[in-house]
Amino acid sequence: MSNLLSLTTFLPILGVLLLLFIPKDSKAVLRGVAFVVTVVTFLVSLPILTGFRTNAEFQFVENVPWIAAGPFFMRYNIGIDGISLWLVILTTFIMPLAVLSTWTAVEEKVKEYMICLLLLETGMLGAFISLDLFLFYIFWEVMLIPMYFIIGIWGGKNKIYAAVKFFIFTMVGSLLMLVALIFLYFKGINAGITDFSLLHFFDLKLDLATQTWLFLAFALAFAIKVPMFPLHTWLPDAHTEAPTAGSVILAAILLKMGTYGYVRFAMPLFPEAAYKFAPLIATLAVIGIIYAALVAMVQEDVKKLVAYSSVAHLGFVMLGVFAFNEQGITGGLLQMLNHGVSTGALFLIVGFIYERRHTRLITDFGGLSKQMPVFATIFMIVTLSSIGLPGTNGFVGEFLVLLGGFESELRWWTVVAASGVILSAVYMLWMFQRVMFGELDNPKNQKLTDLNAREIAIMVPLIALIFIMGVYPNPFIEKMDPAVKKLVSQVRPAAMTARQMPSAPALPAGHPMVAPTAEHGSAAPAAVVNPH
Amino acid sequence: MDIITIPAVNLTPILPEIFLSVLAMALLLINVFVPSGQKSYLGYISFFGVVAAAVLVGAGWGGHIESFNGSVVLDNFASFFKIIFLVSAGLAILISDQYMEREGCNQGELYPLILFTVVGMMLMAAGTDLMTIFLGLEVMSVSLYVLAGFNRANLKSNEAGLKYFLLGAFSTGFLLYGMALIYGATGTTRIAKIAAVVGQAGLPSGNIMLLAGMLLMLTGFAFKIAAAPFHMWTPDVYEGAPTPMTAFMSAGPKAAGFAAALRILLVAFPTMQADWSQLLWILAVLTMTVGNITALRQDNIKRMLAYSSIAHAGYALVGFAAGNATGTAGILFYMLSYAFMNIGAFAIIVLVAKKGETNGNVADFAGFGFKHPVLAVAMSVFLFSLAGMPPTAGFIGKFYLFSGAIQKGYIWLAVIGVLNSAASVYYYLRVMVYMYMKEPTEEFDWMQVTAPVALCVAISVLGSLVPGIVPSLLLQFAQQAARLI
Repeated sequence: MSNLLSLTTFLPILGVLLLLFIPKDSKAVLRGVAFVVTVVTFLVSLPILTGFRTNAEFQFVENVPWIAAGPFFMRYNIGIDGISLWLVILTTFIMPLAVLSTWTAVEEKVKEYMICLLLLETGMLGAFISLDLFLFYIFWEVMLIPMYFIIGIWGGKNKIYAAVKFFIFTMVGSLLMLVALIFLYFKGINAGITDFSLLHFFDLKLDLATQTWLFLAFALAFAIKVPMFPLHTWLPDAHTEAPTAGSVILAAILLKMGTYGYVRFAMPLFPEAAYKFAPLIATLAVIGIIYAALVAMVQEDVKKLVAYSSVAHLGFVMLGVFAFNEQGITGGLLQMLNHGVSTGALFLIVGFIYERRHTRLITDFGGLSKQMPVFATIFMIVTLSSIGLPGTNGFVGEFLVLLGGFESELRWWTVVAASGVILSAVYMLWMFQRVMFGELDNPKNQKLTDLNAREIAIMVPLIALIFIMGVYPNPFIEKMDPAVKKLVSQVRPAAMTARQMPSAPALPAGHPMVAPTAEHGSAAPAAVVNPH
Repeated sequence: MDIITIPAVNLTPILPEIFLSVLAMALLLINVFVPSGQKSYLGYISFFGVVAAAVLVGAGWGGHIESFNGSVVLDNFASFFKIIFLVSAGLAILISDQYMEREGCNQGELYPLILFTVVGMMLMAAGTDLMTIFLGLEVMSVSLYVLAGFNRANLKSNEAGLKYFLLGAFSTGFLLYGMALIYGATGTTRIAKIAAVVGQAGLPSGNIMLLAGMLLMLTGFAFKIAAAPFHMWTPDVYEGAPTPMTAFMSAGPKAAGFAAALRILLVAFPTMQADWSQLLWILAVLTMTVGNITALRQDNIKRMLAYSSIAHAGYALVGFAAGNATGTAGILFYMLSYAFMNIGAFAIIVLVAKKGETNGNVADFAGFGFKHPVLAVAMSVFLFSLAGMPPTAGFIGKFYLFSGAIQKGYIWLAVIGVLNSAASVYYYLRVMVYMYMKEPTEEFDWMQVTAPVALCVAISVLGSLVPGIVPSLLLQFAQQAARLI
């Protein structure tokens, strides 16, 4: 029980060792083993969810010394709170689906592919659970290697360009973060901190100038990963070229690393600087929302369209997180999960038709709904969820983000961002219309078969989640709530002192704009506290 | 009347050196009786000799014995570097046999020469007198000139030998001139005594002479470690020399240069750190940048690794410029890791190349990844380690080097260092792009993996991975070694 997190994280590595002994020609066995390993990992991770006590503490903590040399002390320090809990579960949940989606899509080098997927799972889980800054950095970097190979070996025409671009973009950001990390450590030593444990650094009082530099270094690394405008250019390339499972994992989990990095590290470690840069980040987020939506609208390739929609969605996440209040951050976190589910599902759907037609161009399709009714239904649900229709998961997250943003100092940014909701409806529905409705005039499309049992099995859990999270998001919010409150208390007082002008716009206490979402009644007052 | 007193000589500090010298001379004699075609035996003997010497060095760990009237010392610093030299020599010997056999130049003198080089390097690390260091350097260099040109039938190898000899001799001149000036300024060649003179007088009257001496000496060492702008010889020599010797040269002698320069600057001139630190700062930036940018454009993989080795000297200089315990420990750790990862990479190159050093372009690795998966994974480990990706030794090493600079306050140096590191990723990835992401143009059926080469690859993989995952022990050794005074 006490080693549950380690077990979950390193089970995939055991799976890799297992795969090494399976001959590379027995593809069915390889797929089966990889699938079983990911399912077992998911099952093992479930007790984490059920055993999680709803409080703000880090749980399932494991803390043993790892490196001790000279000025440096690194520990194998892991644990989760309400923020990382859901991301861990999301990861273990998406992975079996990703493996399942490659059943017929990847025919060559199956063994290596499965090994890469499993290594990637360990890397991602490790990054979400690390409470030691150094350990986090290791996992953060390690993730790059399998993803690089997944894009580069099994990708499309332009795979090499996309893979190298992905790797180097991320690497530049992370290395600067490394310098900041080391600098922070030496600051910590001077203040009496003796190791890399994240929790110790929360108490470190840094002056604004130092915070600013460190925040910028961290923020750059995370902004590349999110990705935020104008650092997003690697994403459409990577998504378009990556194989389906790669795109799914990239969208559903890897992109969350960036936003998670802000929530877990950049904001609580450097609250004043984060607050200072909130307008800039919000501006970039809003530009990202609008710009990506406009670019998505004119895409001819469905996958590229979905990729740009990712940029827009993550813009919402960033806006919510940088609202610095409870609704905003809760909304951002929820939106991270929603995006994982919806966009993951969208990439799977794109994979389904690509596998059948070997094209993703919108103009090659039309009228598919007549030929593939089940597919059409599922596609519709996912599309609506991505747009954020009430009743689907996308709505709850977006609504909270907009609410939080509106109540914060970022009101006008939020107003502009809200138009992104409309734009997303435009590009998604227009794409859906052109692909699914109209005349079934392309002869190649007339022979298309509907989804098979395996494909439906992949989509059913996702569709179920779309509705569960849309209709009854309470359990999700409840578990993350204490952690979010703690985060707000960490960043909020600091933010308030950073704000020199008492006249800054803030709603008076007891403003009618208090959380219309019933499950969130207690959250609102914290957001409008004004110490002055 | 004068009685010539022979000082009590304690031979313990140079036991490994004596052992290797005797072994090398014995091998030269044995060589005469070994028929050509069976020279491999010499390789085996010298490999086990190297292992035995490593045991001897290990046995002396923790001690501090001065001998020869204070011109040689046995301390952890010297021992750690000796291990680095022995590791690089041992690994190079393992890959030599197959290569030399293929190229048709498997002459028995190769192995004694390698051993002599090691003896020279060991004296450089253990020397506490400028003269001892110089002697060590000469023993090393002369052997290396021969090794670089060892493949007599190959024009490029000849060019490498000659070029290395001419430029090496030139740089030795600088070094010696610098030493002479320092002797003139301080009246001694003993490092400890120089330190006393320099420290006592603050900045002694012969200030300019001392400074000039230090500068010239630094120039000499910069040649040896191939720091920009004294790196011009490196690509040609590394490309032309027999591949195992290139591997050896890039790891061992480079470390030896650092060993001597570190000891001299840290022990003799700590009071002038402000001066040499700035100089090394500039040298580090130049070396990293020139190395990496030029490596980006190389097609020949040996040449690429030659430029990359310049860049790696630059990273080590970052730690040197910091001049503190963290940085120095970082250099020690990094040099050892570098020996593993770089020689490992060269071992793969030896395997992939065909007779006459053809098939040595990055593009020739196309499709290698799925033809020889195990070797390709090993190569990937080496390349990721060279690029400084966790969880490899290369990452931990760079982490310590840059930490040293940051601790010292050289934030920008660290930033330039990591940006260089990011640039270097491109050319290391390029090899992997060819290995894994391009269709094979060849079947790689000429490749034969002999046991010694396989052993070399295995040791190198372990050496590049284990210190990356559990670095504590090695780092602690490096730190004990970094305590110079």
